[in-house]
Amino acid sequence: MDIFLQQTVNALALGGTYALLALGLAVVFSIMGLINFAHGELMTIAGYVLMYCGIAGLSFVIAVPLALLASVVAAVLMERIAFRPVRNGSGATMLVTSFAVAMILQVLFQNLISTRSQPVLLPAMLSDSVHIMGMVIGVNKLAAIIATVVMLVFLDWFMKHQKTGIAMRAAAEDFAVARLMGIRANTVIAGAFALSGLLAGVAAVLWVSQRASVDPLMGFMPVLKAFIAAILGGLGSLRGAVAGGFLLGFIEIYLSAFLPPEMQEFREPIGLGIVVLVLLFRPNGLIPSATLKAEKV
Amino acid sequence: MQSLLSANDLHVSYGAVEAVRGVSFDIRQGEIVAFLGANGAGKSSIMNAITGLVPTASGQVMFEGRDITGAAPETLAPSGLTLSPEGRRVFGTLSVADNLRMGAFALNDKDAVEAAYARVYELFPILLERKDQYAGTLSGGQQQMLAVGRALMSNPRVLLLDEPSLGLAPLIVDQIFDLILKLRDQDVTLLVVEQNVAKTLQVADRAYVLVNGEVVEQGKPAELSASGTMQDAYLGAN
Ligand SMILES: Nc1ncnc2c1ncn2[C@@H]1O[C@H](COP(=O)(O)OP(=O)(O)OP(=O)(O)O)[C@@H](O)[C@H]1O
Ligand SMILES: [Mg+2]
Repeated sequence: MDIFLQQTVNALALGGTYALLALGLAVVFSIMGLINFAHGELMTIAGYVLMYCGIAGLSFVIAVPLALLASVVAAVLMERIAFRPVRNGSGATMLVTSFAVAMILQVLFQNLISTRSQPVLLPAMLSDSVHIMGMVIGVNKLAAIIATVVMLVFLDWFMKHQKTGIAMRAAAEDFAVARLMGIRANTVIAGAFALSGLLAGVAAVLWVSQRASVDPLMGFMPVLKAFIAAILGGLGSLRGAVAGGFLLGFIEIYLSAFLPPEMQEFREPIGLGIVVLVLLFRPNGLIPSATLKAEKV
Repeated sequence: MQSLLSANDLHVSYGAVEAVRGVSFDIRQGEIVAFLGANGAGKSSIMNAITGLVPTASGQVMFEGRDITGAAPETLAPSGLTLSPEGRRVFGTLSVADNLRMGAFALNDKDAVEAAYARVYELFPILLERKDQYAGTLSGGQQQMLAVGRALMSNPRVLLLDEPSLGLAPLIVDQIFDLILKLRDQDVTLLVVEQNVAKTLQVADRAYVLVNGEVVEQGKPAELSASGTMQDAYLGAN
């Protein structure tokens, strides 16, 4: 029972990070119909900012906001420079563009920073643990869960009660009519990217907090997972992205904890098999988007 | 009276399909003008071209003396022109109140937004009753009222209505036409596309009859009904 609860905490921490990343992908997809594979590089940028802040001796309390700011600015610039010119292109054009952006950034990290993994200085407190209800929980895990909850509550409030958030939901449903209301296409799209950058930044802080290192390809795996989570949840659906992220986190953690040792090497294929199984029964994901069409601007 | 909205030799094409071929019109302050014609005559294409939803192939659209040909759709509501599009297209996953709030997106003044809400809720009390409900759960007639109400939220001086009575029960249709007259009394100039010819001609000051993307006749309702062109426009093209 103890082990089970312990692993559940781990699953919540990992699933929460996937959920934030999947949300970032979904926010952009729901508005532009673009799956931004360069989302991972936003994470990496935030990771490097944490690293440089550590080297510069800045406190974590300052490093984190700087890292978030960097990924938000990077996301907005990415949209402005790379995606705006191809906004009216086909889905394939935008997809290829996002791959190109991801690769260019990876090469830049490799050449300007290092091809190797770099250590990130973290506050000692993060590697402490606390005792709750007989469980020993890492502070980094606890922080990840709290940060995820705070972000989800913030995002929910923003999308439901802020004029810009409501406009983003309107635009996701019917972009042309949203524009008729005077909602500027550039504003909602830039807003979606800024939000996705913020989500990637928070995810990066959580990711780095578990590993204390950053490398040029750091963002690739988690964003691939987030992409799977977004599809599992229902592509373009924000609630679906959260549900898919958590479900994937639970699948991965429980499999690695409870699968017999001789089967551990099949962990990943079994996990993906479960995902495929879910999709067989729910082809549009757990919580399908109300507007699957993802109309173009 | 001065021209408020006009078009000169407007053309709209979808690939090889020429939907609108050289349409010109002139709408003056305070008028109710109808565009009539069979399915596929190009009525919606004209409305969508005016509001920038589809590109204008050639020709010119003027609003309050400004050239708005090919203007981005988001620039029009703030300048006082808006469209309630064909098929309602309310935001189904937003509440009724949020749909209206989006309609007022162009307004920056809080009091103006409140006044716009008050006006729409007075015109359509049912929307006030349903304000927290998702728009997707409304009946067809209520959705149409929401679509018109949402367009009114920006306080337009010119309102384009594309088939506002389509698919509605007769009682609701009458309400929509009453509303058109009411709006004119509130100094809104209206451009109305309708399939319901008889009722439209009762409220319209003038009408343009379209066949295959061209204006074949225009004038006051009395003049139109007398000639045979109207029947031809509907029967001939169908
Ligand atoms: N998006 C589009 N792509 C291709 N062709 C289109 C498109 N929209 C309209 N058309 C064509 O353009 C012509 C005019 O269509 P339009 O919708 O403007 O007519 P309408 O008078 O509004 O008809 P209805 O009464 O059915 O609404 C039709 O032949 C139609 O098939
Ligand atoms: Mg039409």
